[in-house]
Amino acid sequence: MFDKNEQGPPSLLKGAGGISYLTESSAKQIINKVLNISTADETEIFVGSESSALTRFAENHIHQNVAENSFGIRVRAIIDKQMGEAHISKCDDDSLKKVVTDAIEIARVTPPDPELLPLPGSQIYQPVEAYHEESISPMQRAKYIAKAITLCKNAGLTAAGIFSNGSSSSAMGNSNGLFAYHRSSVVNFSITVMGDDSSGWAQKHSRKSADIETEKLTGIAIQKAELNNNPKTMEPGKYTVILEPDAVAGLIGYLAFGFNALAVDEGRSYLVGKVGKKIAGESISLRSDVYHPLHQGRPYDGEGIPTQCVELIKNGIAAGLVYDRLTALKHNVEPTGHGEGGHNSYGAFPDCPVMDGGGATLEEMIALTERGVLVTHFHYQNLVDPMQVIVTGMTRDGTFWIENGKIQYGLKNLRFNQKILEMLNNVEMMSEPVLASGMVVPAMKVNQFNFSSGTEF
Amino acid sequence: MKELTDIALDTASQHGASYADIRIIHTENEAVNAKNEKPSQIDRSDDLGFGVRVIANGAWGFASSNEVSKSEVEKIAALAVEIAKASATTATESVWLAPEEPHQDIWQTPVQIDPFKVGIEKKLDLLLKINAELMQVKQIKIANSQMDFTREQQFFANTEGSFIEQTLMFSEIGYSATAVGNEDMQRRSFPSSFGGQGMTKGYELIEELPLLENTRRIAEEAAMLLTAKQCPQKTTDLILEGSQLALQIHESIGHPTELDRILGTEANYAGTSFATIDKLGKLQYGSPMVNIVADSTVPHGLATVGYDDEGVAAQKWHIIKDGILVGYLTSRETVHAINGNRSHGAMRADGWRHIPLIRMTNMSLMPGDWTLEELLADTKDGIYMETNKSWSIDQQRVNFQFATEIAWEIKHGKKIQPLKNPSYQGITVEFWNSCDAICHENYFVLWGISNCGKGQPGQTAQMSHGAAPARFRKVKVGVANV
Repeated sequence: MFDKNEQGPPSLLKGAGGISYLTESSAKQIINKVLNISTADETEIFVGSESSALTRFAENHIHQNVAENSFGIRVRAIIDKQMGEAHISKCDDDSLKKVVTDAIEIARVTPPDPELLPLPGSQIYQPVEAYHEESISPMQRAKYIAKAITLCKNAGLTAAGIFSNGSSSSAMGNSNGLFAYHRSSVVNFSITVMGDDSSGWAQKHSRKSADIETEKLTGIAIQKAELNNNPKTMEPGKYTVILEPDAVAGLIGYLAFGFNALAVDEGRSYLVGKVGKKIAGESISLRSDVYHPLHQGRPYDGEGIPTQCVELIKNGIAAGLVYDRLTALKHNVEPTGHGEGGHNSYGAFPDCPVMDGGGATLEEMIALTERGVLVTHFHYQNLVDPMQVIVTGMTRDGTFWIENGKIQYGLKNLRFNQKILEMLNNVEMMSEPVLASGMVVPAMKVNQFNFSSGTEF
Repeated sequence: MKELTDIALDTASQHGASYADIRIIHTENEAVNAKNEKPSQIDRSDDLGFGVRVIANGAWGFASSNEVSKSEVEKIAALAVEIAKASATTATESVWLAPEEPHQDIWQTPVQIDPFKVGIEKKLDLLLKINAELMQVKQIKIANSQMDFTREQQFFANTEGSFIEQTLMFSEIGYSATAVGNEDMQRRSFPSSFGGQGMTKGYELIEELPLLENTRRIAEEAAMLLTAKQCPQKTTDLILEGSQLALQIHESIGHPTELDRILGTEANYAGTSFATIDKLGKLQYGSPMVNIVADSTVPHGLATVGYDDEGVAAQKWHIIKDGILVGYLTSRETVHAINGNRSHGAMRADGWRHIPLIRMTNMSLMPGDWTLEELLADTKDGIYMETNKSWSIDQQRVNFQFATEIAWEIKHGKKIQPLKNPSYQGITVEFWNSCDAICHENYFVLWGISNCGKGQPGQTAQMSHGAAPARFRKVKVGVANV
């Protein structure tokens, strides 16, 4: 229900530490108000709120500690295929009138877009469980961190990291009867542990704090930092690598843009001429799956279309693309619910990636490696060549030399330049997939991974 | 606003804060984008909110909200103190702030043409004209152009008596031509990539830049790259054009000299720095001709302000002088680590929602005395690289790798052919010590970077880096050829 307030959003459900979310009924109320104000032929409204708290620590103490709340409304107004868009961060009556007026004013001076489709009508969405009701106070976050710091201090090491929790909620509606609502929560713990010449890292995020074992994660990071001390230099070259899941996640994400059907049409995807053909090893299957239990992402896209699960790579074959409404229409297929909305100049983006894995454990992969490198995760990756999907980056926080099935010593960090599809043709073993850095991916043992240079630490 | 800021500061003090500040920020933005022959986004936004930062029990707390009302300000100020007291449970020493005299002032970006008074039709007309010119070259399949304008009005107040009103204006424009063919895709951008050129100026920036004059060249270069020779893998002399050199400065000098990074605050995310305090005044960071000046006062830089986001007046100072590391980017909290007694004013926040962090201000490589023609003519065997395409550096800012959109092979002092997919890799201190020629001030441009990321939660900041083309000896190029 609305609270009468000078300029602020409607009444929000609050927990300790100020975490809140926009209720479905409040979102509907705002959307209906905007629809009543708007005189456009068609009107589309997005409303969203985000509330988060993050306690950050470094040098074994909390040095930054924040709680942030935000709220926003976006209105798209369409008049005779002319579209205008405006945003505002308040929902009092004057602000709603202003955002509608701005959107209509912009629409009136924008040339008509003959390809602009009518807004979709009411849709049916698959339910997801993305929100867990929980309040974590600043003092509780500080206690989690204090325990982690104590473990590090006892080991003679220095800790840095974050403990955060938050929620977001969003809704969209339009003048053709569409209404969609989604809310989600997240708890995240990440720790980097440093010695004089070494470091280790661990991270986990989930919907609820009960899933985050901060002391266990700290123990993993401590172990890596201790194993990694006095790191040795390794010459650049091609090596067998074992990539932990966060390292795999740091690479696989660079494939996503290529599965955009509009990008393929426009020639800016590496999949031009390759859909239906082999692009990776037979063990590789990748899909966009918002409904996976470890994802439970938003079940609709920026156009309000229900999101489908789409096979992107099936047994090494480029199996499917994602389509926004306009590109789908041109191809006489159904949109897949990955569109951005509006003029859709980018096209569609396959989020919530899930890669099938295998049955090997990380320990088994190490034991079966004669000579190789174990990588915890990567740093500052970037796409160097989009058409060959060449990615560069550095190893970080736990890179180890394996020989005769055992970790022998730590290595100084290395830069790689790697064609990702070539890498996926050289996968020897995989573990079960887990949630890592926002993706569901396995650990992988890969042959012929290209390290191109090294650094001083 | 004074009533609201007083409520925040009084509430914080009553709850036990020894220091508090508040920023109330109203931001207006207009973005106009076009793709090929039609608009791809025309958007106006209006945002208002505030953030309260406090020290209580010797530690920091911060809370923010978009709900600008008396009751919310009280609630958020109290929450910030509660958070600070939680922080204090792990503190080993109290936060100490270097003094800054209180300021009561009004400051604003000097603007000739208010971009919010220029009609959307005029802006869109220019972008569509640019796109049409780019698409005259038949290999160009995608022409993208964009303009972005932001006016940010900020009220800052603290418990030390400062009350500062600042109005900043940001304008940005850029375009790119994507050529497709020969089983390849290549892109050229102008005036630079990733959004183009931005400055703290009004619409006069758009009118000053030679946008239409360069469309043909840019489109033809994109098309030419489809069949150009691949940049070879070798060690050679490298000349970097100004906008690419700006990013080189950003990644390998700007970030490593943020004092908070050096003190470990970013260790879990962006990393630390090799440029540790023991090296201050000693490290030969670059060759003696390398002089890097940090300047929050330079006209029209993206980080040009009257005061930073903790109320410290804008300043100008050396980071590297005659090649020696002599300074850092500091804040009131960190400057004591280098025995400084006044912050240089490098704290900025991404809007009201986030806390201020040490961010690069405008940092520039001082010009030399070469013309570009002389520099090319003096280079027997080398490569000239232009316009950034990708960037990567390790978490201590030592090993970096960049790729650019285009390169030119230089033989016997002449550019003889274009090269595609150019890349180069280096080690920061070795690289800057290999700098042996810098072009003079006629080539010096203050290049805007509007997408610098830092912090957890993540924030974006803008800054400018002035640079004229410069030469670096014996650099590994073609490193991404795999």
